[in-house]
Amino acid sequence: MALYNETVMEHFMNPHNVGEIENPDGKGTYGSPVCGDMMQITIKVDEEEKIVDAKFKTFGCGSAIASSSMATDMIIGMSVEEALDLSNKKIVDELGGLPPAKIHCSVLAEHAIKSAIYDYATKYGKTYAGLEGFDPDAEEDHHHDDIEEE
Amino acid sequence: MKQIYLDYSATTPVKEDVVKEMIPYYTEVYGNPSSLYSVGLEAKQGLELARERVAKLINAQPAEIRFTSCGTEADNWVLEGVADALKNKGNHIITSKIEHHAILHTCEHLEKNGFEVTYLDVDSEGFVSPEALEAAIKDTTILVSIMMVNNEIGTIQPIKELAAVAKAHGVLFHTDAVQALGNVPIDVKDLGVDFISMSAHKIYGPKGVGALYIRKGARINNYMHGGGQEARKRAGTENMAGIVGFGKAAELSMNNLDAHIEHCSTLRNKLWEKIQAEIPHVQVNGSMDKRHPGNLNVSFDYIEGEAILLLLDAHGICVSTGSACSSGSLAPSQVLEALGVPVTKMNGTIRFTVGDFTTDEDIDNVVEVLSKVVARLREMSPVTGKEGW
Repeated sequence: MALYNETVMEHFMNPHNVGEIENPDGKGTYGSPVCGDMMQITIKVDEEEKIVDAKFKTFGCGSAIASSSMATDMIIGMSVEEALDLSNKKIVDELGGLPPAKIHCSVLAEHAIKSAIYDYATKYGKTYAGLEGFDPDAEEDHHHDDIEEE
Repeated sequence: MKQIYLDYSATTPVKEDVVKEMIPYYTEVYGNPSSLYSVGLEAKQGLELARERVAKLINAQPAEIRFTSCGTEADNWVLEGVADALKNKGNHIITSKIEHHAILHTCEHLEKNGFEVTYLDVDSEGFVSPEALEAAIKDTTILVSIMMVNNEIGTIQPIKELAAVAKAHGVLFHTDAVQALGNVPIDVKDLGVDFISMSAHKIYGPKGVGALYIRKGARINNYMHGGGQEARKRAGTENMAGIVGFGKAAELSMNNLDAHIEHCSTLRNKLWEKIQAEIPHVQVNGSMDKRHPGNLNVSFDYIEGEAILLLLDAHGICVSTGSACSSGSLAPSQVLEALGVPVTKMNGTIRFTVGDFTTDEDIDNVVEVLSKVVARLREMSPVTGKEGW
């Protein structure tokens, strides 16, 4: 018996893409240890605006680490546009589901990715529809309320 | 993979000798102890023996022990029952900020029904001070309820001093001794308390049975209404096998108390020494002086508790984050909050409790795995080594 399903446990026990890219094209952090979880994502983007590498460092529970691992897996090979379209729901689906109280971990991953892309866009003077209205420094929502579940 | 269970404060395995005494009460001595034929009378005899054994463990009279379905029921009963009995005398209850939810949530319920509750602060090691209690007592105070041993940090309260303060003001005093029973010597005569909550499954007895000690003459109304069981104080057909198991567990605990305390504190101290020697950036929460002999509550900087728990579980090691009742909820521990532990550290807190079946080798194995687990999670954490993370 385990707290999470097999996919989540596998990504937690043997997470992919752990670490930090040196001289990344984009770096994003979301959450804080005070809230119980914090995720940092670094990305490498090529000339075709494709994410060729992504790494994460996460302070958090099993599902936060699994969400980081899955989310970075998913965005590697995606175009920046595609990665901006990645919703927390798609991360949850790919993980085969998370307990309701842990859905916020996937939200954290979605925001951390957007923050990393925001950093990349700022650095390279790019604009994306998917970043419209996005504020990387926005106060973290009360993400423990499960409101993002849908 | 060998399982190493270090969560004895959550529950304990039932000892073989306890199970052996329980079994006949399911199959042979199945009578209702209220029945007047022999198989009923035989059950009644088993019930009274259990009562004597539980009474002996706390130096009470058997008639002062009333069995309940669990420790939580005993806590609910004492708060609701005293509030009801003394509502014409006053509506003020005093407790502490670090009580078990069975007390805190019952107090919140009473507040909704017109009672006033004072939640006393604790110091950085979790102690309630007799002076603070003295200052909180009013003319309307009818009950003081302070736990004997905290379930998360293991702090042993100065119950005798606290009870004396209440007594000097003619106020009834209750202590939730669910974690204390079988882990610290309890003598009701010496402590001078009026009510004590107890539970069987923390002392190698079965789940689903507890007891409330009611000092002879202490005023309390009934909580469970119905038949005339338990001298008309607690209705409901007795959980016979459970009660018999509680009695046997109490007897074993009584005979084994000194050895148990010695065994647990030795292993617990070794666990803490090894953790300190092998893992940097850790802190113990609570007092190392007046502490439950098996309890160790440690905060690991830069990482989160559930991740530690899951990785230890993958190695067959069972521990808990905060208390078992709050795992699964995301709210930080109100106990650590009351101690003033920073929220960042709270999130990385693990409670270990050793018990009778823990071995010296277990401690070596746990620390070996733990140091790897902590190092691995710290490698993964974006805040590792950062000032003021």
